[in-house]
Amino acid sequence: MSAANLPAASDTQIMTGAEIVLRALKEQGVEVIFGYPGGAVLPIYDAIFQQNAIRHILVRHEQAAVHAAEGYARSTGKVGCVLVTSGPGATNAVTGLVDALMDSIPVVCLTGQVPTHLIGNDAFQEADTTGITRPATKHNYLVKRMEDLARTVHDAFYVARSGRPGPVVIDLPKDILIGKGRYAPPPTQEHRSYRPQTEPDMAQIRKAVRLLKEARRPVVYSGGGVINAGPEASELLAKFVRMAGLPCTNTLMGLGAFPASDPQFLGMLGMHGTYEANLAMHGCDVMFNIGARFDDRVTGRLNAFAPDAVKIHADIDPSSINKNVKVEVPIVGDAASVLRALIAAWEDDDARQDREAMAAWWRQIDAWRETKCLRYVQEGSLIKPQHAVKRLYELTLETGRETFITTEVGQHQMWAAQYFGFEKPNRWMTSGGLGTMGYGLPAAMGVQVAHPDALVIDIAGEASILMNIQEMATLAQYRLPVKVFILNNQYMGMVRQWQELLHGGRYSESYSEALPDFVKLAESFHGVGMRAESADDLDRVIREMIAIDRPVIVDVAVDPKENVFPMIPSGAAHNEMLLASGQIAGGAGVTDEGTALV
Amino acid sequence: MPDPNDMSQRAATIAVLVENEAGVLARVIGLFSGRGYNIDSLTVAPVDAEGRLSRITIVTSGTEMVIEQIKAQLDRLVPVHKVADLTLEGPHLNRELALIKVVGSGSARQEALRLADAFRARVVDATIESFVFEMTGSSEKLDAFINLMRPIGLVEVSRTGAVAIARGTASLSV
Repeated sequence: MSAANLPAASDTQIMTGAEIVLRALKEQGVEVIFGYPGGAVLPIYDAIFQQNAIRHILVRHEQAAVHAAEGYARSTGKVGCVLVTSGPGATNAVTGLVDALMDSIPVVCLTGQVPTHLIGNDAFQEADTTGITRPATKHNYLVKRMEDLARTVHDAFYVARSGRPGPVVIDLPKDILIGKGRYAPPPTQEHRSYRPQTEPDMAQIRKAVRLLKEARRPVVYSGGGVINAGPEASELLAKFVRMAGLPCTNTLMGLGAFPASDPQFLGMLGMHGTYEANLAMHGCDVMFNIGARFDDRVTGRLNAFAPDAVKIHADIDPSSINKNVKVEVPIVGDAASVLRALIAAWEDDDARQDREAMAAWWRQIDAWRETKCLRYVQEGSLIKPQHAVKRLYELTLETGRETFITTEVGQHQMWAAQYFGFEKPNRWMTSGGLGTMGYGLPAAMGVQVAHPDALVIDIAGEASILMNIQEMATLAQYRLPVKVFILNNQYMGMVRQWQELLHGGRYSESYSEALPDFVKLAESFHGVGMRAESADDLDRVIREMIAIDRPVIVDVAVDPKENVFPMIPSGAAHNEMLLASGQIAGGAGVTDEGTALV
Repeated sequence: MPDPNDMSQRAATIAVLVENEAGVLARVIGLFSGRGYNIDSLTVAPVDAEGRLSRITIVTSGTEMVIEQIKAQLDRLVPVHKVADLTLEGPHLNRELALIKVVGSGSARQEALRLADAFRARVVDATIESFVFEMTGSSEKLDAFINLMRPIGLVEVSRTGAVAIARGTASLSV
C-alpha cells in the first residue's frame, strides 16, 4: 500500500457514531441535508450543531424532506440526502421513497432507530423500518455494529447513484450513533456484489445502427434514463438525432433531454402526448427507445402498440427490457455510453439512409402536425389553463433567467408538460411513476436550495398544493423565493375529467370544497399572495410574481370545465386519440376493459 | 436464446448466489410476492467456508418472458452475486430430502416398509405403530413415494424443497 492510500492519522481517531455518519456524508460530497429531528436521531442533530460543512434544511413533514432531496438530486445530478427520526419519521418518508424508486432518483435517507437492544420490543417510536422500506427502496441497511457504520454509508451512496439510481435507506439505532468507533474512508475496491453494466455490447450497437439506417419510418423515444445519465447524454442524444435526421419524442420523465424548440422534436408521447408523437410511434417501422421503460401511460393498449415496428431498447436496467414490450434488439448500458457508441458506429457503418423514404416520413409527420393538437382558444376573460401555462413559459423565457419547473400531479401537470418548453435537462421535476400529489412544492424547495439564484416555479393545482402546503414555512425560514403557480379550477381536475369521460359525469367527491384564501394563506406564511381572475390580469400577475424575490403563491382562476387533450383513453391504442371533447381520431372511445384500467 | 414470444409455461430451477446478510431472503421472497411470481419451492443455506455466501434454490414456473423477468429482477438486487437458470443452462441434478411419517399396523405396515425399500427410503424412526422414512431424490420421485403412502397411513410430511446443481465442470461461484 502506497502512502497515498494509507488512511490519514485522523481516520484512526475514535469518534461517535453520529460524527462518523457526518464525516462519511461529507466525504460523499453531501452539502445539504433535508430533515426533521426526533428522539432517535438527536445524536446526529447534536453533531450537526457542532459543524458547518453540511447545511441542514428543516422541513415541516418528512415526506417533504424526501421530495426536496429528489428536487435537489434531479436539478443537480447529485445524490439527495434526508435525515428523519425513527417510527413516524420513517413511515412519513415512505411515500417520498417510493416516488424516488419509481422515477429512479438517487436519494440516501438516514432514519433513526431505537437502540439495538430494544429492536423488536415495540419500543416508543419503533417501526420495522427496513421491513417497511424494503419494497420502497433500491436497497436498505440496518447498522447493528459500530465497525459497519462508515462502510455502510459509503455503500449506500454508491448503490443510490450507480446503475439505475434510486433511494437507499440506512436505519441507525441510537446506541450506534452514541457509541464510539473508528471512521473508514470509502472503499477502494469494487463493490462485492453490485456492479451494473454500463458499457453496451458493440454487436448490438451495430445491429441497432443498421436497423436505424435502413429504416423508412424511424422514431426515437427517449426517457428519464437519458437525464439520469448526466447532461452529456442529452447533448449526445441531440447530436445523434440530428446527424441521423430522426424524429424524436420524449416521455414525461425525459422532457428536456432533447430541446423542445428543435424542428425534429415531436413533443411528449403517451396518454396526453401529441398527435404527431403518438402516430409516429404507432406508424414507425423502427423504434429506438433509450432510457424509457414502456410504461403503460406511454404504450396504451399493448397488443396495438407500434404494431409494425422493430424495437431497439437501450436501458441500464436489464429488468426493464422485455418487461412490458418484447424487443428485437436489447442493449444494456448507460445512456451516454450507448449514444457515444451509436454515434461512432453510425459513422463507421457504410449503409446509406433511404432519403426518399425519410422525406416521405417527414411529410407524413408534418401532415400530423397540421392537426395542431395542442391548439386552444382563449376568448373572453375566463382564463384557459393552457393559456396560463403558455404565458408563464413565454414570460419566464423573456427574463432570460435560468428557470426550473416542478409540478404537482393532475391536469396542471399535463398542461405544464405540454405547454412549457424545456431546452435543457434537469430543469423539469415532476412525479412521473408514482404520481404523488404534494410533490411539487417540496421538490421546488430542494431545487431552490441547490440553485439559489434561479427562478423556481411549482406549477400546481389547488387540490395538490394542499398536500404539502406546510412547506411554505420552510420557504419562509430559509428565504427560498419559490413561486407557486396554482391553476385553480376548483376541482381535482384529472379526477373530474375521468369522471366526465368514464363515469357518466358523476363528480363524486372531486369538487374542491372550502378552499382556503390562497392570498391570505401566502401572507400568513410570510410570503406574497396574488390572484389572477381574468385573462387581462394574467401577464401582469406573472410578471410581478417573477420580479418578487420572496416566496409567492399565485392563484390563477381557470376554466373549471377544461380537459386535457389529446388523450389516449385507458385501454386504447396510439391511433385512437381523443383530440377534444367528442372528437375521436381513428376509432373507438373507452371500452369496458379500458375503464378497469387506471 | 429462448423465444420471448413463447406463451407456454415452463418450470425453472434458479440458483442464486447471495451475500449471507440479514434480510436477503426477505428481499427475494418480497420480490416474488410483490410482482406476483410463483414459488414452488425455495431453499437457502450458506455455502462457502467463511459463511459470507448463501445459495438460494428457487423452483418457479411461468412463461419465457416471466422467467426472464424473474432472473433480471433477482440479478438487480444489491446483495445478489449470480443468478443461474439451471433448467435452461443444461443438464443438472435436482435433489430434495423428505421425512415421511406413516402410522398403521398389520398389512399396511408391511406394505409401507416394502415400498420404502423399493424406493430406497430409509427408516429413521420406528414404533410399534409408526415409521419415519427419510428419502432423498428428485422432487418427482418424492411425490411418487408420498402419493403411494397416502392410502396406507401417511400422517405427516416434511420436505426441504429442491436443491440443484449443474452437471459437469461448470460451477457457479463469485
